[in-house]
Amino acid sequence: MESYFKSLDSIDGELATINLGPTHPATHGIFQNVLKMDSEHIVSAEPTIGYIHRAFEKLAERRPFYQITPITDRLNYCSSPINNIGWHLTVEKLAGIEVPKRVDYMRVIIMELARIADHLICNSVIGVDTGALTGFTYMFQERERIYEMYEEVCGARLTTNIGRIGGFERDFSPVFMAKLKAFLKEFPPRFEEFNSLLERNRIFMDRTVGAGPITAERALNYGFTGPNLRAAGVDYDVRVMSPYSSYEDFDFIIPVGINGDTYDRFMVRQEEIRQSLAIIKAALDNLPQGLHHAEVPAYFLPDKEDVYHHMEALIYHFKIVMGEVPIPVGEVYNCVEGGNGELGFYLISDGGRQPYRLHFRRPCFIYYQAYPEMIQGSLLSDAILTMSSMNVIAGELDA
Amino acid sequence: MDHSRLLDLLNLKFPGHIQVLIQADGKNIPSIEIPREQIKPVLDYLKSDPQIAMSFLTDLCGVHYPDQAGKELGVVYHLHSFVHNLRLRIKAFGPIDDPQFPSVTDLYAAANWMERETYDFFGIQFQGHPDLRRILNVDEMDYFPLRKEYPLEDRTRKDKDDRYFGRQGHEGVDFDKRIDRQ
Repeated sequence: MESYFKSLDSIDGELATINLGPTHPATHGIFQNVLKMDSEHIVSAEPTIGYIHRAFEKLAERRPFYQITPITDRLNYCSSPINNIGWHLTVEKLAGIEVPKRVDYMRVIIMELARIADHLICNSVIGVDTGALTGFTYMFQERERIYEMYEEVCGARLTTNIGRIGGFERDFSPVFMAKLKAFLKEFPPRFEEFNSLLERNRIFMDRTVGAGPITAERALNYGFTGPNLRAAGVDYDVRVMSPYSSYEDFDFIIPVGINGDTYDRFMVRQEEIRQSLAIIKAALDNLPQGLHHAEVPAYFLPDKEDVYHHMEALIYHFKIVMGEVPIPVGEVYNCVEGGNGELGFYLISDGGRQPYRLHFRRPCFIYYQAYPEMIQGSLLSDAILTMSSMNVIAGELDA
Repeated sequence: MDHSRLLDLLNLKFPGHIQVLIQADGKNIPSIEIPREQIKPVLDYLKSDPQIAMSFLTDLCGVHYPDQAGKELGVVYHLHSFVHNLRLRIKAFGPIDDPQFPSVTDLYAAANWMERETYDFFGIQFQGHPDLRRILNVDEMDYFPLRKEYPLEDRTRKDKDDRYFGRQGHEGVDFDKRIDRQ
């Protein structure tokens, strides 16, 4: 260890070791980094992860397909509906289920709401870490409205378990529609107010411009996806490259940054919120008529009323709940654009009641390994900003 | 560039080593199997060849098939070419008593933690990895939990026997022979 210290090019030859985390308010989650500091500058960082590892991949090998949805809630818990719907799309891809256009559009609305909630938290927390608490408190109110909308659709707020394999358990209620319309009307001006608080704020820009940068080349090599990759200047978005859930019907812009620093990541997320709003508006205006689920009685739970009065519905209810539905043998990789990037599900099925193997491609887990490189040589306070602007979510990181 | 052209190029470059497991169709990405000695050359070729430009490692994970004698452990690579928007799945297998696979960390920095995760859960030794330690589990752990010999459920439980549900397995899978049933 001693030779290691001497080999580093330090001003006075002495480095301080400090623990950033595991539990510290500034890390927004359980992350530990052992930092070697040369006065205020970071010489090296050694991340330790796995503090909230819950063995999801093992758990999934013992559960029927529909019972895996609650597991996905707990990956990126800031945007659970995207994870849920991503999993439903994976099973539908394996089983060859076609869902009606209305379901696609309903899913788009829910997923874009989740993306707004996810980005709002991330960006307002960047504000908090630079000392601007005000925006955060106001944006939390807006997130609350999105959570109330989830509640209208599925009854839950954070770990939503939204929808079903084959669609949604019920159609959007009039209350949901009213809340969504009010949100679309009232949110944009408040959001722009929040934006004006930070976007050209001298203090905010001084803190974030140039903090924790990464080049496009390194970002690709590190497997970055989502807003963090786009901030580095690569316009990769799963919604456009391999459209799912009828995203090809929507016209939207993929914002990209230049320097891949904290400010660019912030700006990319801000613009994505505006684009998400436009997508929701378009989906709502063109929401097709029809059923809120696919006609797949073997996968989609029948109405309780029917279960009580029709033999067939009772049989299907029993088969689904007991995990008796036939699942084809095969393997699929399905990905969706999650809050943090490409959220992939690699599923191998041997025809049994549960997956033979299920692997989650968690964007956080893959890009967080670039963190030591990104903060090397920077100030400790920049390291905090870099972490919050990368939007590392412990649940997704540790699975 | 499409999937059939990609497979042709691979077959030309590595004759006899490419075994197609799943053909590409509209929604599925093609899946190929290669010998584990060929992992580095194939991935290097796919990444560096300007025609293909598969420079993005989407995913890397392990899988355990206890019934495949001599090929129990597998590593699955998902590659993506942003230029052509092509995806490819590559699998390589090795025996469980000699789980040596080459590390691809020098090609993809992203492989570092993914290989550590695969080691952590399947015990696959990646040769040439700079820092092959456990990542999500505790360092003191002395087994590899995602291997199939560690069932989640109590094996003495009798009330969940598949035969009580009239199930002999779909598509010819014999449930009695599954590892978690023994």
